[in-house]
Amino acid sequence: MCRIGSIKSKVAFSPSKALYLMLPQQEGHDNSGFAMVMQDLYGIFTPYKDKPLLSLACTQRGAQMVEDFMDSHNFEQLAEWIPVPNNQPGLDIKAMPYYIFRNYDYPEYYRDKPMAEKEELLLDIRLKLRKILEDADEGYVYSFWPDVLTLKEIGDPRDIATYFRLWDDNGCLMAKSIVVQCRQNTNYDIVRYAAHPFFLQGYTLCANGENTFYTKNKEFQKSLHRGYVGFESDSQNFLYTLHYVLHELKWPIKYYKHVITPLPFGEIEQREDKEVLKAIRQSLANLEINGPNTIIASLPDGRMITCCDSKKLRPVVVGQTEDTVAIASEVCGLNEIMPERDMTKDIYPNEREVVVIDNDLEVQRWKQ
Amino acid sequence: MEAIKSQDIGKADLKWNIEYLPERCTMCGSCIATCTLGAIEAGVVRVDKTYSEDFQPTPLRTHRTIPVIKQVKSIANACVGCGMCEKVCPNNAIHPVRNRDNRQTLLSRDAGPIKRGGRTNLNAQRTLDHIIVGRISQMTDPSLDSIRHTFDIRAPFGRVLPAEKLPFVLKDGKLVMAHKAPPVRWIYPLIFSDMSIGALSTRAWEAVSMAVAYLNEKCGLPVRMSSGEGGMPSKLLESEQLKYMILQIASGHFGWNRIIKAMPRMKVDPAGVLIKIGQGAKPGDGGLLQAAKVAEHVQAIRGVPKATLSSPPNHQGLYSIEESVQKMHLSLNAAFGFRVPVAIKCAASATSVSVYNNLLRDPYQICGGFFIDGIQGGTGAANEISLDHTGHPIVSKIRDCYLAAVKQGLQGQIPLYGGGGMGMTGNAAADAFKMICLGANGVFVGKMLIQLLGCVGNEEGHCNACNTGKCPTGICTQDPRLVKRLDIDRGAQKIVDYVLTFDKELRKLMAPIGNSSLPVGRSDALVSTDKAIAEQLGIQYVC
Ligand code: SF4
Ligand code: SF4
Repeated sequence: MCRIGSIKSKVAFSPSKALYLMLPQQEGHDNSGFAMVMQDLYGIFTPYKDKPLLSLACTQRGAQMVEDFMDSHNFEQLAEWIPVPNNQPGLDIKAMPYYIFRNYDYPEYYRDKPMAEKEELLLDIRLKLRKILEDADEGYVYSFWPDVLTLKEIGDPRDIATYFRLWDDNGCLMAKSIVVQCRQNTNYDIVRYAAHPFFLQGYTLCANGENTFYTKNKEFQKSLHRGYVGFESDSQNFLYTLHYVLHELKWPIKYYKHVITPLPFGEIEQREDKEVLKAIRQSLANLEINGPNTIIASLPDGRMITCCDSKKLRPVVVGQTEDTVAIASEVCGLNEIMPERDMTKDIYPNEREVVVIDNDLEVQRWKQ
Repeated sequence: MEAIKSQDIGKADLKWNIEYLPERCTMCGSCIATCTLGAIEAGVVRVDKTYSEDFQPTPLRTHRTIPVIKQVKSIANACVGCGMCEKVCPNNAIHPVRNRDNRQTLLSRDAGPIKRGGRTNLNAQRTLDHIIVGRISQMTDPSLDSIRHTFDIRAPFGRVLPAEKLPFVLKDGKLVMAHKAPPVRWIYPLIFSDMSIGALSTRAWEAVSMAVAYLNEKCGLPVRMSSGEGGMPSKLLESEQLKYMILQIASGHFGWNRIIKAMPRMKVDPAGVLIKIGQGAKPGDGGLLQAAKVAEHVQAIRGVPKATLSSPPNHQGLYSIEESVQKMHLSLNAAFGFRVPVAIKCAASATSVSVYNNLLRDPYQICGGFFIDGIQGGTGAANEISLDHTGHPIVSKIRDCYLAAVKQGLQGQIPLYGGGGMGMTGNAAADAFKMICLGANGVFVGKMLIQLLGCVGNEEGHCNACNTGKCPTGICTQDPRLVKRLDIDRGAQKIVDYVLTFDKELRKLMAPIGNSSLPVGRSDALVSTDKAIAEQLGIQYVC
């Protein structure tokens, strides 16, 4: 089993906070990986919030390939953070030679285009980069999006943090929103692309659990959108469906839950909106999710959501203080980073609920 | 020496022989009265008897003529092994036995092609038995509890729109329907398949429809039944129970006169309309109801005189079958105001995937389901040569069609139903479940239902006399005396009990793979112990 968590705060914080959230939950994972997506960045990235940020891990040759590619596609490099690793002996990490976090400016002829067109461009560039790096086996590209940074590595989360000097809290890497996962590898080979959180066009998602409708989901999603690729993990299905429902179909967020865990027909029949719910259930039957799972996602507009499977086989808890809301698989994580909070206000979402945290940190509970 | 001609038919030439024990027989005559095929008769034999009349045994020999039951030595009256004589005999004096060395098949063709009912006797191989539900949820992904958890066992029947084509508009943050979408009914994934009044006795048909009504109204299982090509009683057409019925239209259009006349008086819409193009048991051959079975009420319902009724192999169109199918889809959709799903049934064939691809284009969104009927489907009457030598197995066909839809991202839009041999070994739940994992939305059964009513026929040449009008169990005949043999209440109850168990067994298969709704297309849940099958179906090979 994996452990997942997220923090959304009014004040920028360091990634170490996310690590403190996750480490007490360590019994639930086997240290096979650590990954996080940071959003709403501060520190060295503050001046470039509207410029796409490329996150990748690669070899030296891979780095050169990326540079050539970006040059030939008229992306102008603006800023860069290349972590200087702490290579002390004994660390449990399968590190890549290079980690690149680099801001670009859009090609000149794109700068005045509407955001929708830019979004498509950014996706295409990431997919192409992924393809050339994959074909050459020279690296991994995780995200290419304004104000979003992704770090994924295989190994012990504590050692990964040491390696990247995330414990230092030197203020260069800060964010107001982080989604994080520590991985227990179960069904799939340990591959970097299989590590959550997954990212697509502003949508970030990580999941804890199993999706027994993986094959169905995958077979359907493959033809829905060019960005639905990889399928290294059965949890990517959650992200792609989230993206499809919100970004492609442009349905309100509450319908996401109706797609992944539709109400039983008996209950649908009792509802006023039964025609709509039935239509959703039948048209998107292939996106239904079975199996025990919990998800945490953050949306392009900054909102964060969590929900779990329809049988509530995987737990999740939401805790809050004045300026921070955190979500974790286990409450011990919350106790570590916000011991002072009012625990009676902790929310354990039920199987029919979606918890949404908006940008004012107001926590809403929606019943499906 | 008595003259003998080698061409004379003897007992040894027949598929079934009667074993008769004269010493047990009291000559009550029950067996002869019961045998509908005229396969036995009373006769006499001269026997050598040893007897004694003294107080002490003083054996004497004599020759006596005694009455016996004899098998009729003719192909026209050949015993079919139905065992009714055995059932009725109070003294266990008679029963049929299979005769392996018979020559009946060879010798039966004098009067033209052999006709019979039942299913293929040659290609009854069982692909599904080489498939196992082999991906069990354990540990991180726990099994469900088949008794405690809720399961949503429903299948769509009707044209499912892709999400981006749903007529949704956003109003106050909520999706609402701007206009109607094509009708889709969520039904039980086990459809009672098309057996007509005519092929079945009215009573047998009634027993099946009673079971359907009971399952819907008392058990909450929305089981649907297809009328078969042959119309329905007006009373049922005008009743509330019409909503459980899928009206079938086949190339003979039998019964539609009555259906159309009843339309203004229908209280509810039927569950659907099924256009029958072909039948798995006899693909490329139209329906056949032999004159012996065209009784008065059958004439009335179908609006025909007493004669052998052959539906043409094709629906007649001006230009092409595709065109007429398109037109039928449109006109039948229109006939019920686009409120009733219209589906189509074809015999499985090497071309099924192209047919399905054709349907999937469906520019008017009017095709509400594709029913594929495999070679192991049953029939009330067909030429034996069609039954045994034409057709196509259903399992890989369903899989191919599903994968063809997957390739285009259209899976689920035109629901797939597979039939033909489902439940052949008695366990329909296992068959249905595996078909569903391979891509079917549900399955349909026919033969199995009449077997539950009491039909003794099987795929090994047992009985299969459905075409003769002499069905020994009263199921497939219109002879009023024979029809009485069927207790319709008991028959209906048997079907109900079976379906309730089917439902429980389906849960028993869904629970271990951790699914609470039907795992349509979840081929990863299956493994096969046969390499060729695994490869063909794209599932894991295990040994
Ligand atoms: S087994 Fe059936 S057909 Fe044969 S003699 Fe007995 S009753 Fe007649
Ligand atoms: S019992 Fe009747 S229905 Fe069954 S095979 Fe014999 S004739 Fe056909």
